[in-house]
Order: sequence, then structure tokens, then C-alpha cells
Amino acid sequence: MTTHNPPPRTAPPAPDAARPVLTVRDLNVVYRGDRTVHAVKDVSLTLHRGEILGLAGESGCGKSTLAYAVNRLHEWPAEVSSGTVTFHDRDGHDLDLLALRDEELRRFRWSKLSMVFQGAMNALNPVTTVRAQLEDVLTTHRPGMSKQQRRARCAEVLDLVGVEPGRMHSYPHELSGGMRQRVMIAMALLLDPQVMIMDEPTTALDVLVQRGILREILRLRDELGFAVVFITHDLPLLLELSDRIAVMLRGEIVEYDTAETLYRHPRHPYTRQLLESFPSLTGERGAFLRATGPASPPAAGPAPHDQARPAGSTR
Amino acid sequence: MTTLEVRDLVKEFTLRSGLRRSTLRAVHKVTFTLVPGRTVAVVGASGSGKSTVARMIARLEKPTSGTITALGPDGEPVRDRAYRDHVQMVFQDPFASLNPFHSIEHHLARPLLLHGRAEGREEVREQAAQLLERVNLPTALMDRRPHELSGGQRQRVAIARALAPGAQVIVADEPVSMLDVSSRLGVLNLLARLQQEDRLAVLYITHDLATARHFSDDILVMNRGRIVERGPADAVILDPHHPYTRTLAAAAPNPELRGRLRSAEPEPKAATDRDHLTYDHDAGRWIDIDADQPAAA
Amino acid sequence: MTTQLPLPDGLADLPPGAPGTTAPPSGRRTGWRAVLPTWTPKLAIGLGLVAAVALFGLLGPLLAGDPNTIRNIGLTGPSGDHWLGTTQTGQDVLDQLTRATRGSLQIGLFVGVLATALSALVGVVGGYAGGLVDEAFSLLSNVMLVIPGLPLVIVISGFVPAEQRGSWTVVLVLALTGWASAARVLRAQTLSVRNRDYVAAAKVAGEKPWRVICVEILPNLLPVLASQFVFSVVAAILSEAGLSFLGLGASNSSTLGTMLYFAQNGFALQRDAWWWFVPPGLIIAALGCGLALVNLSLDEIINPRLRRPGRRRNTPEKADRSPNHAVRSTAA
Repeated sequence: MTTHNPPPRTAPPAPDAARPVLTVRDLNVVYRGDRTVHAVKDVSLTLHRGEILGLAGESGCGKSTLAYAVNRLHEWPAEVSSGTVTFHDRDGHDLDLLALRDEELRRFRWSKLSMVFQGAMNALNPVTTVRAQLEDVLTTHRPGMSKQQRRARCAEVLDLVGVEPGRMHSYPHELSGGMRQRVMIAMALLLDPQVMIMDEPTTALDVLVQRGILREILRLRDELGFAVVFITHDLPLLLELSDRIAVMLRGEIVEYDTAETLYRHPRHPYTRQLLESFPSLTGERGAFLRATGPASPPAAGPAPHDQARPAGSTR
Repeated sequence: MTTLEVRDLVKEFTLRSGLRRSTLRAVHKVTFTLVPGRTVAVVGASGSGKSTVARMIARLEKPTSGTITALGPDGEPVRDRAYRDHVQMVFQDPFASLNPFHSIEHHLARPLLLHGRAEGREEVREQAAQLLERVNLPTALMDRRPHELSGGQRQRVAIARALAPGAQVIVADEPVSMLDVSSRLGVLNLLARLQQEDRLAVLYITHDLATARHFSDDILVMNRGRIVERGPADAVILDPHHPYTRTLAAAAPNPELRGRLRSAEPEPKAATDRDHLTYDHDAGRWIDIDADQPAAA
Repeated sequence: MTTQLPLPDGLADLPPGAPGTTAPPSGRRTGWRAVLPTWTPKLAIGLGLVAAVALFGLLGPLLAGDPNTIRNIGLTGPSGDHWLGTTQTGQDVLDQLTRATRGSLQIGLFVGVLATALSALVGVVGGYAGGLVDEAFSLLSNVMLVIPGLPLVIVISGFVPAEQRGSWTVVLVLALTGWASAARVLRAQTLSVRNRDYVAAAKVAGEKPWRVICVEILPNLLPVLASQFVFSVVAAILSEAGLSFLGLGASNSSTLGTMLYFAQNGFALQRDAWWWFVPPGLIIAALGCGLALVNLSLDEIINPRLRRPGRRRNTPEKADRSPNHAVRSTAA
């Protein structure tokens, strides 16, 4: 892999008439420790209203760290060393997220920007019912709401994500994995946020269940108009789902373009490598070692280590 | 020539909730054979029973009924003791399948010693080094601990461990689903190369139809414990007959079909009237395994 | 690079030798070193206390005089001749203290070893075997758990005639009553380790059950075992002191508990002879405190989340997941 060439980081043309809702400028996050590790390097992103932005990369590339830093959820030893994160509110105000104090931050989180985590089982409290957890969010952030209003709102969001409101009396372990993830999305929707960050929301799920949830996300986005940052390592999924995609490698965004362009004309070798890592279901059989026989090296670059050593050297 | 024969395999689990007991049939009458030098993929969603089949073949679970027979090169059934040499398994989670306390050498040395393939420290080290080379790992890794290796490297060690007793059958239970995307194809290619070099029979358990197609000769599609479709890889994927196979194929992300998520048309629902039937591409007809005769198509 | 947090995983599967994937030999924690606790002030103080008391108990008796010499200077305070004063019968308190410390340590150590071995047998074997064996072993340890410990010890000790009540009797009684809670902890841990894939892999390789237990499971329970051992040593020393104080201890040995017993009988408190009862009390306190601190450090290996940030070892997989701890319920 030759990754020494400078990353071609061109900001794609912003969709016309689209107003940004979240701007990240030159964000740097480091992990302090015996050795300081630069987890996010000079990342600049713009999220527009109603846009689905895909964040692709493999484990440890810094994509989750970036998401957590944007929402100020990072904990020591992670630290934002420089850069700005600005939230452009619906009413025209701009919020500098990195400068928010604790109380302001608490009010901001979830009501304007919410998150959906990968492990729904870990993110939901196992000892209380779904309803209690949903209502808890409302009592914290909307203290003025009456009990009836809270209950109605909970039923409403569950209905939105396709969970029968009757299920809200269940405990998390009584729900299937897909159902739990839907409840998580419902919880993220409760306060009508403008941005939703989804960190590998479907990775632990079945393909069939995943498809249903992706459909739901797209439908809700069209109905409610929030913007989504969708984090995953599954590039084909992002290509199908998102409007624009940022590919991350070692803390840097190496390619940032519309899904269409990224798929048709990937520029960075790493993007190409990622694309080649997913064999096409219906495409030509033969791009991989199997079809070409044991003696010949693999065709394209998906397996660099097998190329580095002569194949079958131990024969 | 057959090296492993699985016939009418059934597995039932007893579920206890309070005083009530119920049985769950996780695997229902699964039959197939493995042949040296060929890969059979078992695909299905989670809970389809595919992992249970793998664990029964590796003798980690006892079948409720049915038989698993391993056949040696001479065509004779392999006896109990030798079964462990004959059939080996590669597990899904590379972080859990190596003991964090032991060095890489230990993981390779134990099966070598246990199956009498090497004696004495020198010979064991030498053979372990050869195994590491075969899976494209530097021999310097021998004295490392699992946590110092990346996921892909660990899975290569797990493959080397499976090769150590001289296994003829490798059961690979989702061997790459927990690896980083860029190391997946490398591990699969390695498995494919070793298989062709050693004429291994591989059972590849996966939920990923695409790699199943590219890395196997035959595919069995499982749903709720039953095989619903079987046949040559290309036939099953490119010309699926069972509604469940079609649903599964349609669910895989496909960049070429951008925009279909937005379409108003509902998800194709698997029809229920064929759920208990199996479509066999080799025979070219539907089969009802419970009736043991061809079903009306 | 053992401390890579965000590893460039696109390249993580390259053959080592390529930059970024090999770990230099320095700073690696391998094998036995990996199960040792990290060096923290907590651990240093704990080990220091334990080592000081142990040295005192080991070397003290060699340097001290005969603790049983009776002099006619009963209950004199600390002086140049007798650093910690004398007892009612004029015996040197310091001499007695060295013997008593050694006696207590011995009993603690023996009980610790015995109780840990028993709990490992019941907990690990039961947890691994499952089924009827597990049911039986669980029942046994549960019964032992619900029987109140000290009263049982008192009953058993009282049952054995005083003249036959040697320190071995006390050791046995304490070990037999003290293994149950450790067995439960070990069983729970075994149940979780038993289901790991590497145990399944060992079974697939054809390893015998005892080998799976000893080679694959036990090493991964070492931190738990060590912590349970330390815990039972503390418990044994304290219970022995309690027994002896009640006059139910070993008749032929001298421990910190017997010292307190004699001090109590000699009305040391009423006569303001603090030099008689404060030193043994302090030694028990120091030992208990030291061992408890060691135990806390061991707990940090078992549960890395207890570690303070900055003190933790950054193994890649742990570090990679660490941000997730923060976010359980940001919604609420």
C-alpha cells in the first residue's frame, strides 16, 4: 500500500440551497498517554440540513472518536486539541459546541443533536421498561410536559419507528435486536433533533433486519428533515444510503465526495481498496484468487500481504 | 470421494422458563456431504441454525438425531479418536478464540503434540514455524501473545492451529465477519489457497451471500433450521428459486441499486407456502424432506 | 507500538515487519507479567505494609529473647531495656509480639492456601463440569455460605477439647468455613471463561478436561484466585484473632489474638497498660490494611474499569472500546 501520497481532500460542491447545520473545521483530537496518539487529524466536514453523511472507515480509524468529539462525549484521555465545531440552529443562531459550558451542553445534547449507538442492549437500561426510559428523556429535557403529553409523545415516536406502542411496557431484553435498535432510534427522535449521529447502528443486526431499519431511517429523514451522520465500515451500505461520504484513514479524511462520484470514480487508493474488499454479489466471478488457481497471485489489491510474499511459497 | 457425510441432522434445544419446558428445533433434517478440495457454504440469517450445524460437526454439541460420519482416504469411517485430527474448526471471534494467557507457539504446539505430529521441543518449534509460514505470518510471531496481533493475524493463527493436526475437514464459522474489511479477503484467499494445496474439504458458514458465492463451490441456504435451497454457488445466487433466498439476496447492500430504499414498494415478503420445501438445483426440482419424495412444483 | 489507540487498521493485517505493526520488545507485557498488577501508590503502600509485618514476624523471633521469661517487673512501661514494656508477669512485650506475629502469619498463610485450593476445586471444577456436579458443588457452597461463620467456628472449636486444640485444628476449622464465597466467585468466572472460543478450540483439538481446566482456564483466573487468596488470608488472621481473644484459639501457639486475650485477662485496659494491647492491635490493623490494598490492586486487573485514567495500560482492544463507557445514558 502506498499511502504516502498526500490525501486528495477536496470539499465537494455543496448542494444548492442547502444550509449547513453542523460545521466541523480543522478538528484535531488526541489521546494523551505515555505516547500521545493523534486520533483525528485536521478534519473538516459540513453537514447540510436533511443530508445523510456517511463516515466510512475501519476500526481504529478515528471515526467514532470524531463522532464523540462532535457531541463532546469524549472522555479523558481523549482531548480536542484544536479546531471548531459549530452548530447552526434552525432559528439562525450559531452555537460553538466546544465552548459550551456543562449546563448548556446538557440542554443542547439530545434536543438538537442525538445519537444512536451500536449496542442497543448496552445503551438501554436493562432493569426499567422502555417507556420509563423514553419518559425519562422528556422529564429531563421538557420539564413542563404533563404526564399525558409525555405518554402521548412516547407512543408517537414508537409508532414513527414502526414499533407497536403497546411494546413500550416491555423490558429491553424482551425485544429482539432489531426492535431494540428501533427503540434507540425512537429515543433519539423524542426531542425532534436536527442532527442524528448513528454509530454503527445496524452492524450487529441481520441483513434482513438491517434493511428494514435503513428504510425506516430514510423515511423518517424525508418526513422530519433531520440530518444524519451515519458511521459504519460497510461502504456498500453507505453508497446505497448516503448523499455524501467521507472516508477516514488513520484519523484523516482521505476522500470526501458524493456517494455517486465516490462509487464511480474513487480517487484515493484506500477508497479503492475498501471498495474492492466487498465482492459484488452478481458480478463476474474471477476477481479473486479462487477462480484463478492456487499458483497465481491474487488479481487486484484486496490482499496486499498475499502479494508481498510469493504465493504458495511453502509448497 | 466423500470425506464427511452429514445425514438427517436434527438438533433440539430445551428451553426452560419457570416450570414450563419447550423444545426448540434449531436444525431440522440437514443432509449434505463434503468432498476434498471443495467448499460448501452454508448461508442464512442469524438464528437459522447454521452455527449449530458447525458446532455439531466439530463435536461441541451432540446432535439430537442424525449422523455425522467422517471418512478417511481409504473410504473407511474415521474412528472416535482420529475424528479430532480429521475435523477442525475456525471460530468467528479472533479475539476470543486464542487464549490471552498463552503464546502463539503454545496454540500451535498443543495440537501438534496431542496428535503425535511432532515430538520434542525442537521439532515442535520447527513445525509450528512452518505452519506460520503457510498462513503467511512471520515466524517471529511465535513468542508473541494474542493481544499483540491484529484481528487478521489472529485469524491466520487460528487457521494454522486448525491445520496443525493434519485436518482434512475445516469448519469455518463466520471466519471473517469480525475482521476489518480490508483484511477479510486476505483471510478468505488464504483459506482458499490452503484448501487447494491440501485438498481440504471446507464448510464455510456465513451470512454474506457475496463471499459465499465467490469462495465456495456449493451453497446451502438455511432458514429456521431447514435447508431451503441448495446447489452450485452461481445457480443459487444468480437464479434463486426459494423466496427466502431471494429476500436474502435483495437485502444485501448494492450500490448499483441506489435509491431502491426510497422506493415505496414494500420489502418482498417471503411466501410461506414454500417455507418447508427445499429447492435442489442439482435435481432441478422442489423436495419435501419430511415427505421424503418430490413435491409438486 | 503496544500502545496504539487508533491503529491504522487499514494496514493492521500487513505482515509484521511493515512499519506500524510490530511491537518493539520493550514495554511488552507478556505471560506472567501481564497478570501482575501495575505499579500504583496503592499497591506500593500495601506491599510495603505487608512486607514490613512479614519481616518483623520472620526475623523478629531470631533477634528477640525468650518471650516466656518471667521477671518480677510486672507491667512496666516502655524503657531502654524493654522497648515495649512488660506484661503483668514481667514478660517482654516486644519479644512476645514477634512470636505472635509469626504465629498469626503462619495461620493466615496456611488457611489462605487451603481455602483457595478448596474453593478452586469446588468452584472451577463445578463451573466447568456443569450438570449434576455443578448442582451438588453449588449446593454445598451455598449451605456453607448461609451458615454464619464465626458461631460455627466457635462451636467447632469448642467441640475439640482444649488440650487437643493445636494450631492445625484452628487452620482446618478456618479453612473449612472460609472457602465458600471464593468458590462462588470462581464458579461465576469459570462459567464466563468456559464459553470462550479458545476453550472450545481446545476441546475441538481433543484436550482432556483436566488439561482444559489447568492450562486453558486456570491461568485466566489467576488474578481472581490471587485476590481470593489475599482475602482469605485477611479473613483468617482476623477470625483467628477473634477466636483466640475468646479463648477458643490454639492452646499451644502464640498469636496476636492470644496476646490480646492475655492482655484482656490481665486488665491491661483498666490499668492503662497501653503498651500491652496497642502493639498487637496495630500489627493486625497494618496487616489487614496492607493486604486489603494489595487486593484492591488485584481487583483492577480483574476489572480494568476501576483503573484511574492515565494509570491504565493501553492495550489496543481495550483502548479502542474505551470511549463507549462514557455514553450509557446520555439521553437521560
